[in-house]
Amino acid sequence: MSAQLFEIIKKEIEAIIPRYPKKEAALLPALHVVQRKLGFIPPEGERLVAQLLEIKPVRVREVVTFYTMFTRKPLGKYLLQVCSNLSCSLAGGELILEYLKTKLGIKVGETTPDGRFTLLTVECLGACDQAPCLMVNDDLYGQLNKDKIDDLINKLD
Amino acid sequence: MNEKVLTRYFDIPHLYNIDVYLEKGGYEAVRKALKLKPEEIIEEVKKANLRGRGGAGFPAGLKWSFVPKVDKPKYLCVNADEGEPGTFKDRFIMSHNPHLLIEGIIITCYAVDIHLAFIYIRGEYEKIARRLESAIEEAKRKGFLGSDILGSGFNLEVVVHRGAGAYICGEETALLESLEGKRGHPRLKPPFPASVGLFQMPTVINNVETIANVPLIILNGADWFLNLGKPKDGGTRLFSVSGMVERPGVFELPVGTPLRKIIYEYAGGIKNGRKLKGVIPGGMSAPILLPEEIDVPMDCESVFNKGSMLGSAAIIVIDESVPIIEVLRKVTKFYSHESCGQCTPCRIGTSWINKIVERIASGKGGKGDIEEIERLALQIKGRTLCPLGDAAAMPILAIVNKYRHELEAMLPQ
Repeated sequence: MSAQLFEIIKKEIEAIIPRYPKKEAALLPALHVVQRKLGFIPPEGERLVAQLLEIKPVRVREVVTFYTMFTRKPLGKYLLQVCSNLSCSLAGGELILEYLKTKLGIKVGETTPDGRFTLLTVECLGACDQAPCLMVNDDLYGQLNKDKIDDLINKLD
Repeated sequence: MNEKVLTRYFDIPHLYNIDVYLEKGGYEAVRKALKLKPEEIIEEVKKANLRGRGGAGFPAGLKWSFVPKVDKPKYLCVNADEGEPGTFKDRFIMSHNPHLLIEGIIITCYAVDIHLAFIYIRGEYEKIARRLESAIEEAKRKGFLGSDILGSGFNLEVVVHRGAGAYICGEETALLESLEGKRGHPRLKPPFPASVGLFQMPTVINNVETIANVPLIILNGADWFLNLGKPKDGGTRLFSVSGMVERPGVFELPVGTPLRKIIYEYAGGIKNGRKLKGVIPGGMSAPILLPEEIDVPMDCESVFNKGSMLGSAAIIVIDESVPIIEVLRKVTKFYSHESCGQCTPCRIGTSWINKIVERIASGKGGKGDIEEIERLALQIKGRTLCPLGDAAAMPILAIVNKYRHELEAMLPQ
């Protein structure tokens, strides 16, 4: 982490802390900041958060490893999360997942060698009316089929 | 009656902008409420029998009245964690009309003497969280939030807090732990959050849809609200309908609308004219209903009397083309993934059942597997700190009981 980036993250977290009656309540939002800026949460990110919130680094690790959205490993530029829950599966979600696996040449949990795509499955995204659906980073895409997947992947640089 | 009340203006473009919302009479309920006494508001909401829309169906006014009138900080946590599979109504409310939720928050906080409210929103709803934050900013600029709201002397701040992908944080005490910056491990109850909640202070926790109904009750009165629904269960519900229907979506209908009508009239019936196989009436945790069981009014009591629950009013429709083992696979995988790991019966039991189910699905099931699933599910039920254990056991037991022949046919004879 460059000194400049370190300062940016620190400032953002410091702005969040006063919203809460206790500093450590800012832990989840602080980790979101680190992950958004760095793409993942490295040990030095955990230490920075611990220092700012005045808690032990192990408390931070404990939380990072509990929540599925936090990652300690770098991910691809685009994180593809395919819903594998019931309503999406009823609408063909498993076929979408198989198609993506073949198209990208990776398994679930892997990143393409060029570092562009990481493929994951995810539990219900709360968009079952648009099943089958997936998220690309923070964007939701629904009513997917093979053509839509092709268009989507082509549009991502 | 098919009048929309909560979602009345949802078709209007940019309703999430405060100016558009104000044109439609927005924040009138706040103006009215701030002239009432807090206890009058609680009484009105109690009388309206507004039951919780998150899953448990607990009466909101009663919950508020449990908060002790003590001189220490109290908090409101709006549960926007919407993780119950099949449910997407809170997304619908927050993305179309964030100000309705904010209005409900202001009135609730005024009634219970709360000056800091949190909206705990699931991490995946990042864009909606940003929409909520800009709505809060707008409301502040217009004097509906902050200090001395509309000259009433009442102060309130609202903070949007994003979760990070854990179904368990929708359980109210896990939500509190998570908000405090910890793992989402449910707490032992009692004490209940109304007396010992966030940071050990009295705390009200209500679902998004519950809070969004409060302005309507204040504007139109408890009797009006009760007349929309059932005597013990007022108002309308936002039914999230998904699965194999022609028109999946959110339908706002009176509490007590028959399930059959929702599926066949509002959601357009089963896709491709196929036959119905089963319906999950209240989110994945709700025990499945057979086609002959769907003539049930969708209110908390009636669905409970059918051996299931209204839960989050998320209806998942399954047609005859789906092998029941596939449904069972999804249900058991979900709970084994989402068990927080704190209680042994749930942590071990859910993944053990999932393994057996996967074994049956791959054609390698053995004699006694179904009885083993039942035995394990009964070991989980009633033996965990929080409702997740029951939420896992109940739908599994219902599927095994109601589709036993189909499952048995997959095992060696």
